Amino acid sequence: MLKIENLHASVEDKEILKGINLEVNAGEVHAIMGPNGSGKSTLSAVIAGKEEFEVTEGSIKLDGEDLEDVSAEERAHKGIFLSFQYPVEIPGVSVTNFIKTAINESRKARGLEDMPANKMLKLIREKSELLDIDRKFLSRSLNEGFSGGEKKRNEIFQMAMLEPKLAILDETDSGLDIDALRIVANGVNKLKSKDNAVIVITHYQRLLEYIVPDFVHVLHNGKIVKSGGKELAIELEEKGYDWLKNEAVVE
Amino acid sequence: MDLKDKLISSFMAFENNVDIEHPVHDVRTEAMKNFELKGFPSKKEEAWKYTSLKSLQKTDFSIFPKEEGNTLEYKDVKRYFLHEIDTYKIVFIDGIYSSYLSETTHDGVDICLMSSALTKPMYKPVIDVYFNKVASKDESLTSLNTAFSREGAYIYIPKNKMPKKPIEIIHFATGNEASLLLQPRNLIIAEENAELQVIERHQSLTSNEVLTNSVTEIFAADSAIVDYYKIQNDAENASLIDNTYIDQKNKSVVKVHTFSFGGKLTRNNLNFYQNGQYIDSTMKGVTILGDKQHVDHHTLVHHIEPNCESHQDYKGIYGENSTGVFNGKIIVDKIAQKTNAFQQNNNILISDKATINTKPQLEIFADDVKCSHGCTIGQLDEDALFYLRSRGIPKKEARALLMYAFANNVLESVRIPELKARINKLIAKKLGVNLGFDL
Repeated sequence: MLKIENLHASVEDKEILKGINLEVNAGEVHAIMGPNGSGKSTLSAVIAGKEEFEVTEGSIKLDGEDLEDVSAEERAHKGIFLSFQYPVEIPGVSVTNFIKTAINESRKARGLEDMPANKMLKLIREKSELLDIDRKFLSRSLNEGFSGGEKKRNEIFQMAMLEPKLAILDETDSGLDIDALRIVANGVNKLKSKDNAVIVITHYQRLLEYIVPDFVHVLHNGKIVKSGGKELAIELEEKGYDWLKNEAVVE
Repeated sequence: MDLKDKLISSFMAFENNVDIEHPVHDVRTEAMKNFELKGFPSKKEEAWKYTSLKSLQKTDFSIFPKEEGNTLEYKDVKRYFLHEIDTYKIVFIDGIYSSYLSETTHDGVDICLMSSALTKPMYKPVIDVYFNKVASKDESLTSLNTAFSREGAYIYIPKNKMPKKPIEIIHFATGNEASLLLQPRNLIIAEENAELQVIERHQSLTSNEVLTNSVTEIFAADSAIVDYYKIQNDAENASLIDNTYIDQKNKSVVKVHTFSFGGKLTRNNLNFYQNGQYIDSTMKGVTILGDKQHVDHHTLVHHIEPNCESHQDYKGIYGENSTGVFNGKIIVDKIAQKTNAFQQNNNILISDKATINTKPQLEIFADDVKCSHGCTIGQLDEDALFYLRSRGIPKKEARALLMYAFANNVLESVRIPELKARINKLIAKKLGVNLGFDL
């Protein structure tokens, strides 16, 4: 589904990604771990199409199509979803109106009519129940005054509504207490299917106890320095990242 | 002949048509003297540094509206009214009152015409007490309006009364004249514990030149509540100089919202005088400009007595070659202790050629006060834009949503839901988007 080859990306002439190779197939869950500043968030933003980052070498392909000249909104229309570490507050626009706009823009891009109101309502009800979201929450201004946990739950709610092919969860566990973490992880697990894929970006192993990855990749200094199964995450938790940093130098 | 000379010579003709024996005419004569002395303000004056009236002064404006007046069909101008709800209406066409489009009342409250108030004996006691009592006798354009004051809206709400519905004051210009000068004069009085809501609009219907030099005096007695909404979304060659003077007494609450979305040149002189204690004065504005439009907001709050509050929140979005000015003056007199005065002016420039000049001006003579002011000039937040686009919302719509969100808190205090919906639609239209839902 997603194929990243020798990806180099820079911001303001500073190279942050230095040759990433990653292949994600439908039905898989990949975890990308690594210390602060290793390039995790940059990788997620580059996949989602943030223009500030310049891809200087290599390619990102979704279902065989090169995404080089594809805008962020078009990537969303093609089924890429990024759950933000720091979602933006939009005063005056309710969660419901925002998600309606997002869904209908995607439908428009696919040549479909707006989703009928009753169908939209049913979908909203269904997905908010899945994530234990109160109806009152949906009429609040998007992310305005939301707690950390509410913001993350709202991100996953949007993911549930948009039903992406590829979901990237960027530090979704940060700022969550254990109950919120469980709700969010449960939501993600329920949305998983053989047709979609998830990339979990995290600093800690904690979230991976709930969203169990098929593959774990360690990112360091803009490169994937080690890949393995879920046991790699546990090893990292025990040993920290330092032993890998040394390994990278040896390479 | 330049405009000043034309106005001076027109004053004599004007005197043939008004009752010069009425005491109001002494006020007019005094005002004319002041205008003769001072003339139009120039850019050399600090208060007019960024707004030039030069080209307007070269225009050969018609000074007197044609008495026979023009007619308009309601269906053709319906969209300028807040037609979703029932309102009182005081409507003028090219400066002449249109009884056909208006809905006035004398049922417990007076919602009618300045021309009646200035001529009929029954209104004389009120006119004696209030007319030209808060408006400046020094400022030349206010004096010019006072000199020619004859028509406008007159609203008197007695103690403990509240009109059944909001009041709309609308001035239409039909383009009947190649260029037209209008000088409406409004007087609004809310007696003790009275309450009212007013929506004011100036609308030119053609691309002919119109200059409106308007003066509104508002008196809010003890515990009175006044909500005043100014919708400035006029045609390309329409200019407005709005001079609004507000006198507030104990515990009164006056809020003025100014929505500036159009017109060629708009100057808002909004002046609050707090003549009492525990007063709340609020000024809010949303300005969204493009093209070569120019808006200049000059606000003044004079804290004269202790224990009062003032709140100012102006948001501006400037595109293309538009220019904006915000000058907010707060004066806190020495005895006005425990004053809370807040001022905020935030701007987004969405074009390299747009300009905003923003200046807070605080003169504080008391020592136990809370005053804050802040102004920002920025661009749209790129991270926020990416967030919206990553949800599939195209760039243009995403930008509009962010601009809407930026201006949103100014709308929260609009207390007429239908008006709020209307403003939201105007904003969406001004931003050139259809977001698929009513903002």
